[in-house]
Amino acid sequence: MSGLLINDISMRFDLPNGGHVQALKNVSLDIKSGELMSVLGPSGCGKTTLLNIVAGFLAPTEGEITLNGDRVVGPSPERGMVFQQGALFEWMSVRDNVSFGPDMKGMSRKESAANVDHLLEVVGLQDFKEKAVYELSGGMQQRVALARCLANEPDVILMDEPLGALDALTREKMQSLVLDLWKETGKTIILITHSVEEALLLGERLLVMAPRPGRVHKEYRLPFADLGVGNDLREVKKHPEYNSTREEILEMIWNMEEEIMGRAEENA
Amino acid sequence: MSGFMILVLYLVAFFGSYLIASNLLRGLFESKGFNKLKTVTFGDESAVVANRLASVISVVTVFWLWVAFTNSTIPLPKMPGPYQGDVEFTYTLTLPDGTTDDATVAVRVYREDIQQTRDADGNPGRIPEAPEIDEGDGAALNDSLTVARYGFKVINVWQNDAVAKRDGSVVTHLNGRPVEPGDKITIPEGEIGLTDKGTPTFEPKTGFRMARLYLPAPEVVLERFFRLNEEGYQNFTLWEHTWISLQRVLLGFFFGALLGIPIGYAMGLTNWSRGWFDPIVEFMRPVPPLALIPLMIIWFGIGELSKVILLFLAALWIMIIAARAGVSGVAITKVHAAYSLGASKMQILWKVIIPNSLPEIFTGARVAMGVCWGTVVAAELVAAERGIGMMIMVASKFQLTDIIIVGIIVIGIIGFLIDMGIRRLEGWLVPWKGKV
Ligand SMILES: Nc1ncnc2c1ncn2[C@@H]1O[C@H](COP(=O)(O)OP(=O)(O)OP(=O)(O)O)[C@@H](O)[C@H]1O
Ligand SMILES: [Mg+2]
Repeated sequence: MSGLLINDISMRFDLPNGGHVQALKNVSLDIKSGELMSVLGPSGCGKTTLLNIVAGFLAPTEGEITLNGDRVVGPSPERGMVFQQGALFEWMSVRDNVSFGPDMKGMSRKESAANVDHLLEVVGLQDFKEKAVYELSGGMQQRVALARCLANEPDVILMDEPLGALDALTREKMQSLVLDLWKETGKTIILITHSVEEALLLGERLLVMAPRPGRVHKEYRLPFADLGVGNDLREVKKHPEYNSTREEILEMIWNMEEEIMGRAEENA
Repeated sequence: MSGFMILVLYLVAFFGSYLIASNLLRGLFESKGFNKLKTVTFGDESAVVANRLASVISVVTVFWLWVAFTNSTIPLPKMPGPYQGDVEFTYTLTLPDGTTDDATVAVRVYREDIQQTRDADGNPGRIPEAPEIDEGDGAALNDSLTVARYGFKVINVWQNDAVAKRDGSVVTHLNGRPVEPGDKITIPEGEIGLTDKGTPTFEPKTGFRMARLYLPAPEVVLERFFRLNEEGYQNFTLWEHTWISLQRVLLGFFFGALLGIPIGYAMGLTNWSRGWFDPIVEFMRPVPPLALIPLMIIWFGIGELSKVILLFLAALWIMIIAARAGVSGVAITKVHAAYSLGASKMQILWKVIIPNSLPEIFTGARVAMGVCWGTVVAAELVAAERGIGMMIMVASKFQLTDIIIVGIIVIGIIGFLIDMGIRRLEGWLVPWKGKV
């Protein structure tokens, strides 16, 4: 059994006032090893919750997750995480951040040095090794976060809006980087985003989630990620199917948001 | 009166120096760099930069006011001073039979702090003799006496006169002017008058400067500073007093931090510890350390142990709360990231939580050091065998205002240096503070 199996999970948060939120309901997914899946959905539909469960930070109220046949019970280095921002360790240099995983395993600096240097080169930060992370720009910081995650050689990389805090141009460059890394390393990647374009470009599979309760609404298989590897992403965007799919998904999410607003008004 | 004048002069100096300086030194008042391009500066706090010229003038002004309102020898413009020197006035005695006779009173007004001055050989000054006079003749004889500046003298002019007061001789004129009991006459050197019972009085003019007892001149304080370092006071030099106080603070703070930081971490990390320590911490936090002084004295006496334990307690709660806040300030994403990178609980503690809480710890340390420094002085004021607070307290009993002022200045400087030291250390150990 290889790959990540999400088996009918539900998540219910009990609220202090006695009520509860059904953040996820009966979500099942079978993610093959090496797949790149992007996840879209309106705010509050349970994307982060799903990722946190896969990462092992939360236990689902129902269902279970297995990775290569082993049940997920907590965080582990085989499932690496890249956060939107603020997850780097300011008190460490860029290099120390990247070698954090190997250090924790008890690997000596000598053993990890080659890999760390290589990863810093891949993300284009070889000249910033000794810099403090707070001296870097937002885009550079996210590249450090990527390198730090990769240094641990996880099987699955989980990204929660990793590029959400970046400006549009930096974001495009980072999208290419993610695609290249994906092809080069062959890792399984789950990437949450709020940007439909990003989801289209980076998703070999694209999952649209719906809110209340959080569930899988629709799934796409897309060719753009493969097309984008090593190519100009702007060219990919000219693909006829790209635009039609984009419109379709935008419409879908727009309707969901409308529905949420409507319901909110009813409740009010 | 002097207080009011000081306030007015201070305000005049504030606005006056601004008007003068802003017109004469335009260049210094222009904003620099990016602020120069801002059109909105009033209300934009980041555009407000301390004008260093103002700081210099401010310090100079305070110093000048100090000189101006004391009997300082520093050659700066000063307020009118108290009268010092010899003065004479006459009184007229009217006898029961209606005859009158005049006599002169010679008064020598001397420095009120003459005994605290030293001559070139280091001998203390002495109160001068009364002016030499010829007693003259008649029913009223001339008198001679001394009075200190800022002083007041009721003069028993009858002590050498022919007819005593109880036999009906009355002072009816001063300097030739008729007076009733209770009247006062102003002369250039002060005020002469009669008490309600008809005895002449003399009060030399005080001017607006303050007597040494209230505010010694700067050079007096400076001289006292050097003497305190050489001769010491209450068996210890100024430096020894200061060092012992500082040592108490450092010891108390050290143990407070040593115990407080781990407890704070424990409170931030486990339910049991949080529940266990919460009531004690929440209860002790609002108790000012000063309120513990009497108990500490009863339990541990007035020696070192009592002081160090007091300061330990003063620092303890602050450091506990700082460390707890440090843990709760760790972004959960950092902890999650570390776990995902394979860190164990111990590694999370050492590699993530402790470094991440350093800024809070330093903020706590600054507060704790400030509180400890204030507390040690107060504790020494209450009871101590030595220490800067004890020095002040004993000096106040003997009205040695200059020692008190030296003490206050030293306390201020040490407090400032402590804070600066911690800030330096912080900038060095926590360079990322405020940058993320
Ligand atoms: N710890 C919690 N306690 C209670 N409710 C929670 C908790 N975490 C999440 N929720 C609720 O679960 C739902 C899903 O939250 P989640 O953060 O997974 O949404 P999301 O899709 O990631 O949203 P966004 O796109 O804004 O990040 C929301 O309604 C949220 O209010
Ligand atoms: Mg989210």
